[in-house]
Amino acid sequence: MRQVAIYGKGGIGKSTTTQNLTSALGEMGKKIMVVGCDPKADSTRLLLGGLAQQTVLDTLREEGEDGLELEDVMKGGIHGISCVESGGPEPGVGCAGRGIITSIGILENLGAYEKELDYVFYDVLGDVVCGGFAMPIREGKAQEIYIVASGELMALYAANNICKGIKKYADSGGTRLGGIICNSRKVDGELELLTAFAERLGSQLIHFVPRDNIVQRAEINKKTVIEYDPASDQADEYRKLAGNIDGNDMFVVPDTMSQDELEKLMMDFGILEAA
Amino acid sequence: MPSSEKKIEKHRQLRDSIIDSYPAKVGKRRSRHLVVKGEGDEQVEANAKTIPGIITTRGCAFAGCKGVVLGPIKDAVNLVHGPVGCSYYSWLTRRNFARPGESGKNYLQYCVTTDMQEGDIVFGGEKKLMQAIREVKEALDPEAIIVSATCPVGLIGDDIASVAREAEAELGVKVFSANCEGYKGVSQSVGHHIACNALMENVVGSEEPEETTPFDVNIFGEYNIGGDLWNITPLLEKIGYRVLSTYTGDASIHDLARAPRAKLNVLMCHRSINYAAQMFWDRYQLPWLKVNYVGVDETARSLREMARFFEDDGLMARTEEVIAEELERVRSQLDHYRGRLAGRRVMLFVGGSRAHHFQHLCEDLGMEVVLAGYEFAHRDDYEGRQVLSGMSRSSLSKVVQDISYELESGFEPAFSEEELGRKGAALEGSLLDYEGMNAHMKEGALIVDDLNHHETEVLVRELRPDVFCSGIKDKYVVEKMGVPSRQLHSYDYSGPYTGFEGALTFARDMEMAVYTPTTRFMAPPWKKEAPDGDA
Repeated sequence: MRQVAIYGKGGIGKSTTTQNLTSALGEMGKKIMVVGCDPKADSTRLLLGGLAQQTVLDTLREEGEDGLELEDVMKGGIHGISCVESGGPEPGVGCAGRGIITSIGILENLGAYEKELDYVFYDVLGDVVCGGFAMPIREGKAQEIYIVASGELMALYAANNICKGIKKYADSGGTRLGGIICNSRKVDGELELLTAFAERLGSQLIHFVPRDNIVQRAEINKKTVIEYDPASDQADEYRKLAGNIDGNDMFVVPDTMSQDELEKLMMDFGILEAA
Repeated sequence: MPSSEKKIEKHRQLRDSIIDSYPAKVGKRRSRHLVVKGEGDEQVEANAKTIPGIITTRGCAFAGCKGVVLGPIKDAVNLVHGPVGCSYYSWLTRRNFARPGESGKNYLQYCVTTDMQEGDIVFGGEKKLMQAIREVKEALDPEAIIVSATCPVGLIGDDIASVAREAEAELGVKVFSANCEGYKGVSQSVGHHIACNALMENVVGSEEPEETTPFDVNIFGEYNIGGDLWNITPLLEKIGYRVLSTYTGDASIHDLARAPRAKLNVLMCHRSINYAAQMFWDRYQLPWLKVNYVGVDETARSLREMARFFEDDGLMARTEEVIAEELERVRSQLDHYRGRLAGRRVMLFVGGSRAHHFQHLCEDLGMEVVLAGYEFAHRDDYEGRQVLSGMSRSSLSKVVQDISYELESGFEPAFSEEELGRKGAALEGSLLDYEGMNAHMKEGALIVDDLNHHETEVLVRELRPDVFCSGIKDKYVVEKMGVPSRQLHSYDYSGPYTGFEGALTFARDMEMAVYTPTTRFMAPPWKKEAPDGDA
């Protein structure tokens, strides 16, 4: 079983990418579980066709620990993908980070990982803001991390920060960076920049996903692109991404950059104008 | 070489050997906390972060706030917002005695907590707190509900102050909160400050007494451990004072609210409550006088100073009468104990003020204080308040906001500035001041701040005191070394130790400790030789 965590700047397209990617892997016949680690609980919407998902933490709150059953919180999506949402508190109260720690613990206790699975995917909120959001890369859970990024400075800045988190837990948890996924924003020189960025980290650009409005259309229809238009070019892009990840054997402890170095990299590729 | 110089030199060597036994960096830091009286520079580093791993006896901000200052308020329910252990393990540990007052209510024996669970951490504990406050009101109907925060509350950011405000509006009972998360500050000391702020902001001045008398006083920093307060109030009442409130031993929330109408705050524990004393002075021009009711001579001195403040002949005469009467009553017994205890050596490591207070009582009994130190004091408790102006606050100490008050508009202070000036002059500078512990120490005595386990062992072994006075955390370690130990936080199961009567109780306990040192005669199994024929 390969445990994979997807990180990246907020709004970069982690959930969309994860669901299209897992959908393509599912199409290949892989057995998959997707664990949404975002209090908004929108990581499995496309896989479930918009079906409202009872989150782990909601169930914990309503039923208590004793009343919690795996069937309550795990729903089957397309291609038999098992979907779980961690859930969390409303904005501004409680501790969402602790919520992720709690819900992964609950899933383990309920035996969610004991099923025959080829992949577990964690779709994690935004940046690694606190210990809770690092949970999937701690204690030997996710062994592979893929970071969704684009050619924008803040996306790379976040990616670099996430790599610092990976480095921190690389020794104790054995977690490794599997690669950078570019979710293109059609920024100038994006492919070259992302390739250089990934290489500088000692990793690789595992796939460049071009921008295509079909993704938005599929989303509005509560579907992944694979399901919405299996014959489209974009569906093939996600299949390529899935194939690359399935065949990936390059796992590294990333070599992170200073802020200055990161900005210089952007200048070298003409994205930041030299002052 | 005079004997005091010899002692200074001997204790310097002892101190230096302790410092040398540490890694260099630790030794450098600890050297500023260990001072020999008479060696010259007697600045004592205090209120500093404890070195990790060194085994301190200190508590946390929650312990200082809820455990020390707010906990003893008898007619309020102290509701601890946090996991159950914080409340359970701070339940009744301080031996604060109380008798129900005008409301007939006393909740000190209760332990009330929101018992936060995993889900409350994740989703926030505000709703549970609100529900707990409602239940406290319904089940116990106290005169006030005080919410104390524990660590997770600060981490997840529960807004306990607004929950308290809402609850007060809904339930019509005074509800207020203290953000005394345990991780704040370097010891329990910061919790005292947080508690003083909470009382000043929410309680003090919110009620008026039905009547006032010319000799109304508040007793500050007296927590009625083992009934200490109850040895004092009868004396004060006999002289003609009325105790308007006590901060906070045997305290009623209503009395605390009415306290600004007193004429004088007498201050026992300088460390824990000087914040409130200062705020009373700023806000009500109500002065404070440092007193000490531990020790016969000190009690007499304190009573005389109070009488001098009030400049009343009748009060002065009755003070002398009471002192004479009490001294007459205890003299012969005191002489007996002095004969038994003279020359005995004692180590005092306790509190933020007690190590000073009890020196006087030990000396009344002819005992010699070879070491004194504080767990959580600040520099002014050692060196006197004159150091305050020159002290810069460290970034860590800024976790608590100083509240500065101006004279409350419309408030009529009991005494004019001119009168206060005259009283201050009559008291020769002791009004609104505290000279600290060091001034009282004898040449050659050791002064140790934040004593740790290693130092305790070395110092007890080298100094071989007759009695070691401290708290529960080091008591049994010392007794295992064959040295009797008395707890001066809780008085074990004894006390009260204040006033004239309390001096006798303390003397009796000291005599028992010194003359029945059972621990010295007991050998632990691992130190016994195996008996013959033992298979």
